[in-house]
Amino acid sequence: MRSGTAIGRVRGLGSAKSGTHHWLNQRLTAGSNFLLVVWLLISILRQPSFDYAAMHLWLSNPWAAIPMVLLVASIFYHMRLGLQVVIEDYEQDQNRVALLVVMNLFVFTIAAIAIFSILKIAFGAAA
Amino acid sequence: MAARNTARPLSPHLQIWKWGPNMLVSILHRATGTGMATVGAALLVWFLAAVAAGPESYATFRDVFTVQSGGLNIIGYVVGIGLTACLFQHMANGIRHLFMDVGAGFELKSNKLQAQATMIFAVVMTVAFWLYLGIK
Ligand code: HEM
Ligand code: HEM
Repeated sequence: MRSGTAIGRVRGLGSAKSGTHHWLNQRLTAGSNFLLVVWLLISILRQPSFDYAAMHLWLSNPWAAIPMVLLVASIFYHMRLGLQVVIEDYEQDQNRVALLVVMNLFVFTIAAIAIFSILKIAFGAAA
Repeated sequence: MAARNTARPLSPHLQIWKWGPNMLVSILHRATGTGMATVGAALLVWFLAAVAAGPESYATFRDVFTVQSGGLNIIGYVVGIGLTACLFQHMANGIRHLFMDVGAGFELKSNKLQAQATMIFAVVMTVAFWLYLGIK
Protein backbone atom coordinates (compact mmCIF):
# COMPACT_ATOMS: atom_id res chain seq x y z
CA MET A 1 0.00 0.00 0.00
CA ARG A 2 1.24 3.47 -0.84
CA SER A 3 2.03 5.86 1.95
CA GLY A 4 0.24 9.20 2.08
CA THR A 5 -2.98 10.50 3.54
CA ALA A 6 -6.30 8.78 3.06
CA ILE A 7 -7.60 11.61 0.89
CA GLY A 8 -4.46 11.52 -1.25
CA ARG A 9 -5.00 7.83 -1.97
CA VAL A 10 -8.55 8.21 -3.25
CA ARG A 11 -8.27 11.56 -4.99
CA GLY A 12 -8.96 11.36 -8.71
CA LEU A 13 -10.33 7.81 -8.58
CA GLY A 14 -14.06 8.55 -8.64
CA SER A 15 -16.78 6.00 -7.94
CA ALA A 16 -15.69 3.72 -10.76
CA LYS A 17 -12.08 3.63 -9.41
CA SER A 18 -10.42 4.01 -12.79
CA GLY A 19 -12.69 6.51 -14.54
CA THR A 20 -10.23 9.38 -14.57
CA HIS A 21 -7.57 7.23 -16.17
CA HIS A 22 -10.03 6.05 -18.81
CA TRP A 23 -11.21 9.60 -19.48
CA LEU A 24 -7.69 10.98 -19.74
CA ASN A 25 -6.51 8.22 -22.07
CA GLN A 26 -9.50 8.85 -24.31
CA ARG A 27 -8.40 12.52 -24.59
CA LEU A 28 -4.72 11.68 -25.11
CA THR A 29 -5.52 9.20 -27.85
CA ALA A 30 -7.89 11.76 -29.36
CA GLY A 31 -4.83 13.98 -29.85
CA SER A 32 -2.62 11.23 -31.28
CA ASN A 33 -5.51 10.01 -33.47
CA PHE A 34 -5.83 13.48 -34.90
CA LEU A 35 -2.17 13.64 -35.96
CA LEU A 36 -2.12 10.10 -37.34
CA VAL A 37 -5.43 10.42 -39.19
CA VAL A 38 -4.22 13.62 -40.87
CA TRP A 39 -1.12 11.69 -41.94
CA LEU A 40 -3.29 8.89 -43.35
CA LEU A 41 -5.59 11.24 -45.29
CA ILE A 42 -2.66 13.10 -46.85
CA SER A 43 -0.97 9.80 -47.70
CA ILE A 44 -4.13 8.56 -49.43
CA LEU A 45 -4.40 11.79 -51.43
CA ARG A 46 -0.77 11.45 -52.52
CA GLN A 47 -0.96 7.86 -53.80
CA PRO A 48 -0.28 7.60 -57.54
CA SER A 49 -2.61 4.59 -57.76
CA PHE A 50 -4.42 2.12 -55.53
CA ASP A 51 -3.33 -1.07 -57.24
CA TYR A 52 -1.51 -3.84 -55.44
CA ALA A 53 2.00 -2.75 -56.43
CA ALA A 54 1.44 0.84 -55.27
CA MET A 55 -0.10 -0.21 -51.94
CA HIS A 56 2.62 -2.78 -51.25
CA LEU A 57 5.37 -0.35 -52.12
CA TRP A 58 3.82 2.34 -49.91
CA LEU A 59 3.53 0.11 -46.82
CA SER A 60 6.92 -1.52 -47.25
CA ASN A 61 8.56 1.86 -46.63
CA PRO A 62 9.34 2.41 -42.92
CA TRP A 63 8.05 5.98 -43.24
CA ALA A 64 4.62 4.51 -43.91
CA ALA A 65 4.81 1.24 -41.94
CA ILE A 66 5.79 2.89 -38.64
CA PRO A 67 3.07 5.58 -38.61
CA MET A 68 0.60 2.91 -39.71
CA VAL A 69 1.48 0.72 -36.69
CA LEU A 70 1.15 3.79 -34.45
CA LEU A 71 -2.18 4.64 -36.08
CA VAL A 72 -3.54 1.16 -35.43
CA ALA A 73 -2.35 1.25 -31.81
CA SER A 74 -3.73 4.74 -31.11
CA ILE A 75 -7.06 4.39 -32.90
CA PHE A 76 -7.77 0.89 -31.62
CA TYR A 77 -7.05 1.87 -28.02
CA HIS A 78 -9.20 5.01 -28.38
CA MET A 79 -11.95 2.97 -29.96
CA ARG A 80 -11.77 0.29 -27.28
CA LEU A 81 -12.24 2.97 -24.60
CA GLY A 82 -15.05 4.58 -26.61
CA LEU A 83 -16.94 1.37 -27.30
CA GLN A 84 -16.72 0.49 -23.60
CA VAL A 85 -18.56 3.72 -22.72
CA VAL A 86 -21.21 3.10 -25.35
CA ILE A 87 -21.82 -0.46 -24.08
CA GLU A 88 -21.91 0.69 -20.45
CA ASP A 89 -24.50 3.32 -21.35
CA TYR A 90 -26.95 0.91 -22.97
CA GLU A 91 -26.45 -2.54 -21.43
CA GLN A 92 -26.91 -3.89 -17.92
CA ASP A 93 -25.93 -6.94 -15.88
CA GLN A 94 -24.82 -10.09 -17.73
CA ASN A 95 -25.31 -8.57 -21.17
CA ARG A 96 -22.97 -5.76 -20.32
CA VAL A 97 -20.21 -8.13 -19.19
CA ALA A 98 -20.68 -10.41 -22.19
CA LEU A 99 -20.60 -7.52 -24.67
CA LEU A 100 -17.54 -5.99 -23.05
CA VAL A 101 -15.73 -9.32 -23.37
CA VAL A 102 -16.78 -9.71 -27.01
CA MET A 103 -15.79 -6.12 -27.75
CA ASN A 104 -12.32 -6.66 -26.26
CA LEU A 105 -11.84 -9.87 -28.22
CA PHE A 106 -12.85 -8.02 -31.39
CA VAL A 107 -10.50 -5.09 -30.83
CA PHE A 108 -7.47 -7.12 -29.77
CA THR A 109 -7.94 -9.68 -32.56
CA ILE A 110 -8.18 -7.13 -35.36
CA ALA A 111 -5.34 -5.09 -33.84
CA ALA A 112 -3.10 -8.17 -33.88
CA ILE A 113 -4.05 -8.98 -37.49
CA ALA A 114 -3.46 -5.36 -38.54
CA ILE A 115 -0.04 -5.04 -36.93
CA PHE A 116 1.06 -8.49 -38.12
CA SER A 117 0.01 -7.55 -41.67
CA ILE A 118 1.90 -4.26 -41.66
CA LEU A 119 5.06 -5.91 -40.35
CA LYS A 120 4.78 -8.73 -42.85
CA ILE A 121 4.60 -6.22 -45.70
CA ALA A 122 7.39 -4.10 -44.25
CA PHE A 123 9.75 -7.00 -43.59
CA GLY A 124 9.01 -8.36 -47.04
CA ALA A 125 8.18 -11.99 -46.30
CA ALA A 126 7.07 -13.77 -49.45
CA ALA A 127 3.27 -13.88 -49.81
CA MET B 1 -27.24 -1.77 -12.24
CA ALA B 2 -30.08 -3.35 -10.28
CA ALA B 3 -33.50 -3.79 -11.89
CA ARG B 4 -35.29 -0.48 -12.34
CA ASN B 5 -37.65 0.66 -9.60
CA THR B 6 -40.88 0.94 -11.58
CA ALA B 7 -42.38 3.32 -9.03
CA ARG B 8 -39.96 5.98 -10.21
CA PRO B 9 -40.47 7.93 -13.42
CA LEU B 10 -38.18 7.57 -16.44
CA SER B 11 -36.40 10.65 -17.65
CA PRO B 12 -37.79 11.96 -20.95
CA HIS B 13 -36.18 10.34 -23.96
CA LEU B 14 -35.11 11.52 -27.42
CA GLN B 15 -38.56 12.22 -28.90
CA ILE B 16 -39.43 14.69 -26.09
CA TRP B 17 -36.63 17.16 -26.71
CA LYS B 18 -36.58 19.90 -29.29
CA TRP B 19 -33.83 19.11 -31.79
CA GLY B 20 -30.93 21.51 -31.95
CA PRO B 21 -27.43 21.42 -33.42
CA ASN B 22 -25.80 20.71 -30.04
CA MET B 23 -27.70 17.51 -29.41
CA LEU B 24 -27.40 16.54 -33.05
CA VAL B 25 -23.59 16.68 -33.02
CA SER B 26 -23.54 14.93 -29.65
CA ILE B 27 -25.44 11.96 -31.02
CA LEU B 28 -23.47 12.14 -34.29
CA HIS B 29 -20.23 11.89 -32.32
CA ARG B 30 -21.39 8.63 -30.85
CA ALA B 31 -22.80 7.31 -34.14
CA THR B 32 -19.69 8.21 -36.16
CA GLY B 33 -17.30 6.89 -33.48
CA THR B 34 -19.15 3.60 -33.26
CA GLY B 35 -19.46 3.35 -37.04
CA MET B 36 -15.74 3.87 -37.59
CA ALA B 37 -14.92 1.50 -34.73
CA THR B 38 -16.87 -1.33 -36.37
CA VAL B 39 -17.16 -0.90 -40.15
CA GLY B 40 -14.10 1.34 -40.55
CA ALA B 41 -11.81 -0.75 -38.36
CA ALA B 42 -12.87 -4.00 -40.02
CA LEU B 43 -12.22 -2.55 -43.49
CA LEU B 44 -8.80 -1.16 -42.51
CA VAL B 45 -7.78 -4.57 -41.21
CA TRP B 46 -9.13 -6.35 -44.28
CA PHE B 47 -7.17 -3.94 -46.50
CA LEU B 48 -3.91 -4.46 -44.57
CA ALA B 49 -4.32 -8.23 -44.41
CA ALA B 50 -5.14 -8.37 -48.13
CA VAL B 51 -2.03 -6.40 -49.10
CA ALA B 52 0.03 -8.61 -46.79
CA ALA B 53 -1.41 -11.80 -48.28
CA GLY B 54 -0.56 -10.91 -51.88
CA PRO B 55 -1.96 -9.74 -55.23
CA GLU B 56 -4.86 -12.21 -55.42
CA SER B 57 -6.21 -11.38 -51.97
CA TYR B 58 -5.86 -7.69 -52.69
CA ALA B 59 -7.73 -8.13 -55.98
CA THR B 60 -10.59 -9.80 -54.07
CA PHE B 61 -10.71 -6.87 -51.64
CA ARG B 62 -10.57 -4.30 -54.43
CA ASP B 63 -13.23 -6.04 -56.52
CA VAL B 64 -15.86 -5.42 -53.87
CA PHE B 65 -15.48 -1.64 -54.13
CA THR B 66 -14.49 -1.03 -57.76
CA VAL B 67 -15.69 -1.56 -61.31
CA GLN B 68 -13.60 -3.31 -63.98
CA SER B 69 -11.79 -0.11 -65.04
CA GLY B 70 -10.58 0.53 -61.49
CA GLY B 71 -13.01 3.33 -60.57
CA LEU B 72 -15.21 3.02 -57.51
CA ASN B 73 -18.58 1.28 -57.76
CA ILE B 74 -21.69 2.14 -55.75
CA ILE B 75 -20.49 0.26 -52.67
CA GLY B 76 -17.12 1.94 -52.95
CA TYR B 77 -18.65 5.40 -53.06
CA VAL B 78 -21.16 4.80 -50.25
CA VAL B 79 -18.57 3.26 -47.93
CA GLY B 80 -15.76 5.62 -48.92
CA ILE B 81 -17.70 8.86 -48.71
CA GLY B 82 -19.57 7.61 -45.64
CA LEU B 83 -16.39 6.83 -43.72
CA THR B 84 -14.61 10.07 -44.64
CA ALA B 85 -17.70 12.07 -43.67
CA CYS B 86 -17.84 10.22 -40.34
CA LEU B 87 -14.15 10.86 -39.76
CA PHE B 88 -14.35 14.60 -40.46
CA GLN B 89 -17.47 15.02 -38.32
CA HIS B 90 -15.96 13.04 -35.42
CA MET B 91 -12.65 14.88 -35.81
CA ALA B 92 -14.20 18.35 -35.70
CA ASN B 93 -16.50 17.58 -32.82
CA GLY B 94 -13.73 15.65 -31.02
CA ILE B 95 -11.61 18.77 -31.06
CA ARG B 96 -14.60 20.82 -29.93
CA HIS B 97 -14.89 18.32 -27.06
CA LEU B 98 -11.30 18.96 -26.01
CA PHE B 99 -12.05 22.67 -25.68
CA MET B 100 -15.20 21.99 -23.70
CA ASP B 101 -13.20 19.62 -21.47
CA VAL B 102 -11.12 22.56 -20.25
CA GLY B 103 -14.32 24.47 -19.56
CA ALA B 104 -14.43 26.69 -22.63
CA GLY B 105 -17.24 27.34 -25.06
CA PHE B 106 -20.34 26.70 -22.97
CA GLU B 107 -22.06 30.03 -23.67
CA LEU B 108 -25.34 29.15 -25.35
CA LYS B 109 -24.77 31.09 -28.53
CA SER B 110 -21.16 30.17 -29.18
CA ASN B 111 -21.77 26.54 -28.24
CA LYS B 112 -24.51 26.31 -30.83
CA LEU B 113 -22.31 28.03 -33.42
CA GLN B 114 -19.45 25.60 -32.82
CA ALA B 115 -21.81 22.67 -33.16
CA GLN B 116 -22.97 24.00 -36.53
CA ALA B 117 -19.36 24.69 -37.53
CA THR B 118 -18.37 21.02 -36.99
CA MET B 119 -21.03 19.91 -39.48
CA ILE B 120 -20.05 22.54 -42.03
CA PHE B 121 -16.41 21.50 -41.63
CA ALA B 122 -17.34 17.85 -42.16
CA VAL B 123 -19.29 18.53 -45.36
CA VAL B 124 -16.70 20.92 -46.81
CA MET B 125 -13.75 18.63 -46.03
CA THR B 126 -15.51 15.53 -47.37
CA VAL B 127 -16.36 17.29 -50.63
CA ALA B 128 -12.83 18.73 -50.92
CA PHE B 129 -11.24 15.34 -50.23
CA TRP B 130 -13.24 13.54 -52.92
CA LEU B 131 -12.91 16.35 -55.47
CA TYR B 132 -9.14 16.26 -55.02
CA LEU B 133 -9.07 12.46 -55.36
CA GLY B 134 -11.25 12.73 -58.45
CA ILE B 135 -9.40 15.42 -60.39
CA LYS B 136 -5.82 14.64 -59.45
C1 HEM C 1 -9.70 12.48 -35.66
C2 HEM C 1 -9.28 12.19 -34.50
C3 HEM C 1 -10.22 11.91 -33.35
C4 HEM C 1 -10.53 12.76 -32.34
C5 HEM C 1 -10.02 14.19 -32.15
C6 HEM C 1 -11.42 12.06 -31.45
C7 HEM C 1 -11.95 12.58 -30.28
C8 HEM C 1 -12.81 11.92 -29.43
C9 HEM C 1 -13.24 12.40 -28.13
C10 HEM C 1 -12.82 13.71 -27.47
C11 HEM C 1 -14.08 11.48 -27.60
C12 HEM C 1 -14.79 11.54 -26.26
C13 HEM C 1 -16.21 12.02 -26.42
C14 HEM C 1 -17.02 11.96 -25.16
O1 HEM C 1 -16.46 11.80 -24.08
O2 HEM C 1 -18.24 12.02 -25.28
C15 HEM C 1 -14.21 10.40 -28.57
C16 HEM C 1 -15.02 9.30 -28.42
C17 HEM C 1 -15.04 8.20 -29.27
N1 HEM C 1 -14.24 8.02 -30.41
FE1 HEM C 1 -12.97 9.41 -31.18
N2 HEM C 1 -11.66 10.81 -31.95
C18 HEM C 1 -10.93 10.66 -33.12
C19 HEM C 1 -10.89 9.54 -33.95
C20 HEM C 1 -11.63 8.36 -33.75
C21 HEM C 1 -11.61 7.21 -34.62
C22 HEM C 1 -10.77 7.09 -35.89
C23 HEM C 1 -12.48 6.28 -34.08
C24 HEM C 1 -12.88 4.89 -34.52
C25 HEM C 1 -12.19 4.08 -35.25
C26 HEM C 1 -13.06 6.85 -32.88
C27 HEM C 1 -13.99 6.22 -32.08
C28 HEM C 1 -14.56 6.78 -30.96
C29 HEM C 1 -15.61 6.16 -30.17
C30 HEM C 1 -16.26 4.79 -30.41
C31 HEM C 1 -15.91 7.06 -29.12
C32 HEM C 1 -16.95 6.89 -28.01
C33 HEM C 1 -18.21 7.64 -28.40
C34 HEM C 1 -19.17 7.91 -27.27
O3 HEM C 1 -18.89 7.59 -26.11
O4 HEM C 1 -20.24 8.45 -27.56
N3 HEM C 1 -12.51 8.12 -32.72
N4 HEM C 1 -13.42 10.70 -29.69
C1 HEM D 1 -32.13 14.44 -27.09
C2 HEM D 1 -31.32 14.81 -26.19
C3 HEM D 1 -30.04 14.10 -25.86
C4 HEM D 1 -29.11 13.52 -26.68
C5 HEM D 1 -29.10 13.41 -28.19
C6 HEM D 1 -28.07 13.00 -25.82
C7 HEM D 1 -26.94 12.33 -26.28
C8 HEM D 1 -25.93 11.92 -25.47
C9 HEM D 1 -24.73 11.25 -25.90
C10 HEM D 1 -24.43 10.85 -27.34
C11 HEM D 1 -23.96 11.03 -24.83
C12 HEM D 1 -22.60 10.38 -24.77
C13 HEM D 1 -21.52 11.35 -25.17
C14 HEM D 1 -21.00 12.12 -24.03
O1 HEM D 1 -20.72 11.54 -22.97
O2 HEM D 1 -20.79 13.32 -24.18
C15 HEM D 1 -24.65 11.57 -23.68
C16 HEM D 1 -24.18 11.52 -22.39
C17 HEM D 1 -24.91 11.93 -21.30
N1 HEM D 1 -26.18 12.49 -21.29
FE1 HEM D 1 -27.27 12.91 -22.89
N2 HEM D 1 -28.40 13.26 -24.52
C18 HEM D 1 -29.60 13.93 -24.51
C19 HEM D 1 -30.31 14.38 -23.43
C20 HEM D 1 -29.88 14.25 -22.12
C21 HEM D 1 -30.62 14.68 -20.97
C22 HEM D 1 -31.97 15.37 -21.04
C23 HEM D 1 -29.87 14.38 -19.89
C24 HEM D 1 -30.13 14.59 -18.42
C25 HEM D 1 -31.27 14.93 -17.92
C26 HEM D 1 -28.66 13.76 -20.34
C27 HEM D 1 -27.66 13.31 -19.54
C28 HEM D 1 -26.51 12.75 -19.99
C29 HEM D 1 -25.43 12.31 -19.12
C30 HEM D 1 -25.39 12.40 -17.60
C31 HEM D 1 -24.44 11.79 -19.95
C32 HEM D 1 -23.10 11.23 -19.52
C33 HEM D 1 -22.08 12.32 -19.60
C34 HEM D 1 -20.69 11.82 -19.42
O3 HEM D 1 -20.51 10.62 -19.27
O4 HEM D 1 -19.79 12.66 -19.43
N3 HEM D 1 -28.70 13.68 -21.72
N4 HEM D 1 -25.86 12.11 -24.10
